[in-house]
Amino acid sequence: MSEPMRIRATVQGDVADVRILMRHPMETGQRKDAKGEIVPVHFIQNVVVTHNGRTVVDAQWSQAVSRDPFLGLRVKGAKAGDKIAVTWTDNKGDKRTDEATIVAAS
Amino acid sequence: MNRRRRTLLAWAGGTAAAAGLIPLRASAANWNKPGFEAKASNDAIKNLGAANLIESKEITITAPDIAENGAVVPVAVTSRIPNTQSISIVAEKNPFPLAATFDMANGAEPYASVRIKMGQTSHVRAVVKAADGRFYTASKEVKVTVGGCG
Repeated sequence: MSEPMRIRATVQGDVADVRILMRHPMETGQRKDAKGEIVPVHFIQNVVVTHNGRTVVDAQWSQAVSRDPFLGLRVKGAKAGDKIAVTWTDNKGDKRTDEATIVAAS
Repeated sequence: MNRRRRTLLAWAGGTAAAAGLIPLRASAANWNKPGFEAKASNDAIKNLGAANLIESKEITITAPDIAENGAVVPVAVTSRIPNTQSISIVAEKNPFPLAATFDMANGAEPYASVRIKMGQTSHVRAVVKAADGRFYTASKEVKVTVGGCG
């Protein structure tokens, strides 16, 4: 099972600053393990971010995105209490969705 | 420290020949397979649908001048081009140069921040698609000190 994402969404004015930290090995398929065997390629291919159910960012990634990926985005027309949901899908077909509530920037 | 260094060296040393032996298993529907599997940045950019790229000062790439750890290079792209539809990030000398494409809609600002792996010193290129179908670009060199990591 994949570990939960950490999502922080703060709004200032009507623009939400969204920071997402995912847990994923993001294996390039070029790295060798201690036995000298190639570690199979395993990485997030798609990330979909929604704001109150509407898709705001639809990302496609390669294995060049770093391990435990960070993603920073900004969403206009947001207010405190709105929902941000993030779904990733990797090349093995594994999926994970997590949700956060936008809070006012302190 | 050693482990990280080895990881990085493996990535840096992963030549096109080695890469060719490992086919990617693309299971996602919306994934630009030809773009992501292209080994030359020109081919990757062509597979974004861009025939001509217009150099633009309206794109800002925020990335370090020198990245001590090529496994984690923070790259943020901001576009001030009206009606930006998508932003792609290309690390020109990576085994597979196209690192990411972000499609924006429904109020998403034309901005994306990620951390990518870079095998060696290279230009990082941002390719922005506008609603009029034109493609704009800007680039920034990032020096990767492979031996200096950890």
